[in-house]
Amino acid sequence: MRHFDEDLLVQAYYGEIDEESRRHLEGCDGCRSEFNRLREMLDSVRDYPVPPRKSSYGTEVWVRVLPHLPAEPPSTRRRPRWFQWWTLVPALAALVVIAFVAGMLTEQRQTGISAKSRERVLLMAIGDHLDRSQVLLTELVHEDPESGGLSGQRDRARELLTENRLLRQSAVHMGDVSDADLLDALERVLLDVANSSSSTASNDLQTIQQRIDDQGLLFKVRITGADAREKGQKL
Amino acid sequence: MEWTDSAAADEARRGNQQAFRVLVERHSHSIFRLAFRMTGNEHDAEDLVQETFLRAYKQLHQFDGRSGFNTWLYRICANCSIDLIRARKRRNEQQTFTGDSLTVHWLDRVAAPGPSPERLMQSSQITGRVEEALKRLTDTERMAFILRHYEGCDIEQIASALGVEANAAKHSVFRAVQKLRRALEPAWGVAAR
Repeated sequence: MRHFDEDLLVQAYYGEIDEESRRHLEGCDGCRSEFNRLREMLDSVRDYPVPPRKSSYGTEVWVRVLPHLPAEPPSTRRRPRWFQWWTLVPALAALVVIAFVAGMLTEQRQTGISAKSRERVLLMAIGDHLDRSQVLLTELVHEDPESGGLSGQRDRARELLTENRLLRQSAVHMGDVSDADLLDALERVLLDVANSSSSTASNDLQTIQQRIDDQGLLFKVRITGADAREKGQKL
Repeated sequence: MEWTDSAAADEARRGNQQAFRVLVERHSHSIFRLAFRMTGNEHDAEDLVQETFLRAYKQLHQFDGRSGFNTWLYRICANCSIDLIRARKRRNEQQTFTGDSLTVHWLDRVAAPGPSPERLMQSSQITGRVEEALKRLTDTERMAFILRHYEGCDIEQIASALGVEANAAKHSVFRAVQKLRRALEPAWGVAAR
């Protein structure tokens, strides 16, 4: 039998070799020496100290999760049949154009404050904006599609939309791709809510909820908002 | 009667929140371990645990029982972790692998079997190299390595959790080990002399 290559050594460490290979390993000094070196290295990182959790940890997690669970059973939360990815193409194309124009318009502007100060102001503004957006998204996710309309959220979405556009343009101008991407995604949701009619169909709301879900938008908004604030404070 | 994961998932799909509670209580520890090992940060890991179960509940209709429920949860947790890590990377903060006071770097706590001076010296000599090696792992490689090395998942489970073919999962584990080895063995040789 041929000597062990690196791939086979790794398989041997995890006990995934056949009987013939195992016998070779036992009888071949060269392969065994190689194997022992690998084993020593992998064993050294095996003890991975994870902070301990109490036996009641599962219950603690449940207590935290429960208030955020949607009231309706999960099996009813299906994507509407008419919804297809290509329905988003026109909106995406429009966003690309808007982003391009915004970049062109803001490219040449200079201000009297330092780049660091500008970045700090932007980060704090993004953090604050994402905090308020998070509240709105949370309400949307928990809104009953049969409740009939988004009157409670529409005005706030309009306010946030204006702010969101400015922040997105600034993020593009500052070269902060991650924030610009997130604000793009957020803007699509805000736009839909801001333009919703007083009798928004339950399908529309389900689409918005689905989009928030599919993109993990609420989670990203929360993480990015916290990061932005923290980074802004450090600057 | 105790529910199996599959039966509890079926019940939860029908709106029985107590059934979902069973699943949360059963799998919280393993999801926390995975999340912590991916992020190296306790606070982030707690966020990921919560987000994983929330997404799981909303996506319960997609759980078809072909893989184990825990494997399915690993996949959701992996996606959440990668979202978070990429957001951090894009910000160049790399909080996961810095010496931030809130971030206890797990590599600083890689425990040797005993506190012998030789082992401690060896450990300190290779810590920097391990850190560099892990930074070089892709998110997929890191997840595959954690699932294989610490959670004891087999290749099929890793493939399912990562949403890739078995060969790709196997290759990710191999690449992770290879990178760690390349980085660690020179230091190991020096320390062993």
